[in-house]
Amino acid sequence: MYIIIGGGGDIGYYLTKTLLGQGHEVLLLEKNPVRYQSLSEELGQAVMRGDACEARTLAEVGANRADVVIAVTGEDEDNLVICQMAKRRFNVGRTIARLNNPKHEQIFQKLGIDSTVSPTRTILSLIELELSSANFVPIMTLKRAGLDIIEMRISPDSPVAGKLLRQINLPTNASIALIIRDSQHIFPTAETRILADDEVYALVGRDEEEALRKALGAIS
Amino acid sequence: MKIVILGCGRVGATLANIMDQAGHKVSVIDYSSDAFQRLHSDFSGETIVGNGVDEDILIRAGIQNADAFAAVTNGDNRNIMASQIAKDIFHVKKVVCRIYDPIRESTYRDLGLETICPTVIGAEMISQALLGKAPAIPTLPEISAGLATEKRSSGREG
Repeated sequence: MYIIIGGGGDIGYYLTKTLLGQGHEVLLLEKNPVRYQSLSEELGQAVMRGDACEARTLAEVGANRADVVIAVTGEDEDNLVICQMAKRRFNVGRTIARLNNPKHEQIFQKLGIDSTVSPTRTILSLIELELSSANFVPIMTLKRAGLDIIEMRISPDSPVAGKLLRQINLPTNASIALIIRDSQHIFPTAETRILADDEVYALVGRDEEEALRKALGAIS
Repeated sequence: MKIVILGCGRVGATLANIMDQAGHKVSVIDYSSDAFQRLHSDFSGETIVGNGVDEDILIRAGIQNADAFAAVTNGDNRNIMASQIAKDIFHVKKVVCRIYDPIRESTYRDLGLETICPTVIGAEMISQALLGKAPAIPTLPEISAGLATEKRSSGREG
């Protein structure tokens, strides 16, 4: 895949390194000359100096053949414009934006950004999870599919603890994708048994989150 | 008319002063409270310190019952995002967005924002002036004088 990343902060840097390691074609755009210099010493050709908000820069790096554009600068408005320019001017199929203000999620969705990731919201959710007032954590939104990825820890008194997956009445628009148990991952089938303290990752339609929460016995 | 202006730099402050003088209800938002020193001492509108892409700040500025919104901060992207929030979330009827970068401006014009690009307008006016064909643009005192006359004739109090 050809992936363009806007913003060479820590997130942009580690994303670039990881994706390169996975064999993707990656181009990181960083507009600050000093930061660019230090990034290019390590990443070489994979980083270019330029402003990902600018159509000229995006044209130069061949945004029209990019499969994904990811905007991870520290400013939400820049991330919005990077994704919108990529989508509207270069017809990029998939755009992902980092949100600094978690309240911007709704507007980004409304304005056509495919996925958003909000570290603030994730960390807040994790804190809530630790405080165990809630144990249902939204991880990521897949806008085009209208789905959320959620994480949930099964409490010992949950009605589903000890049940096989096929015995659990999940909402139609929900699927348990992964279970983490004692540092092991399990890709569940209908015959997988859910146990107390399992960490469950599920895909769920936006309007069925509440139903899934109930089905899995989440504390709300 | 109730008008929310984002950005109290030279353009934002001038715009706020003009609209205030014309008898409109004006709220101005800026990051820095120092910026409000550009407003006239008799400016009767509201000033709000904060980030204009934060919905809470926009609500505090009264965007929910605003008739018009202008985004004139120094940042093109901030203006673009705030304008889209005003238009698509708060359904403000008239939204005007200043964008310096001509390419970005044309993209967002195509997307349905009402945009003004001072770069293109300024260059065009200067080139006309160089060719001796300067169009008649009123000066600020003339604009204020015009508004004063308008106000008197419509019998509104200032």
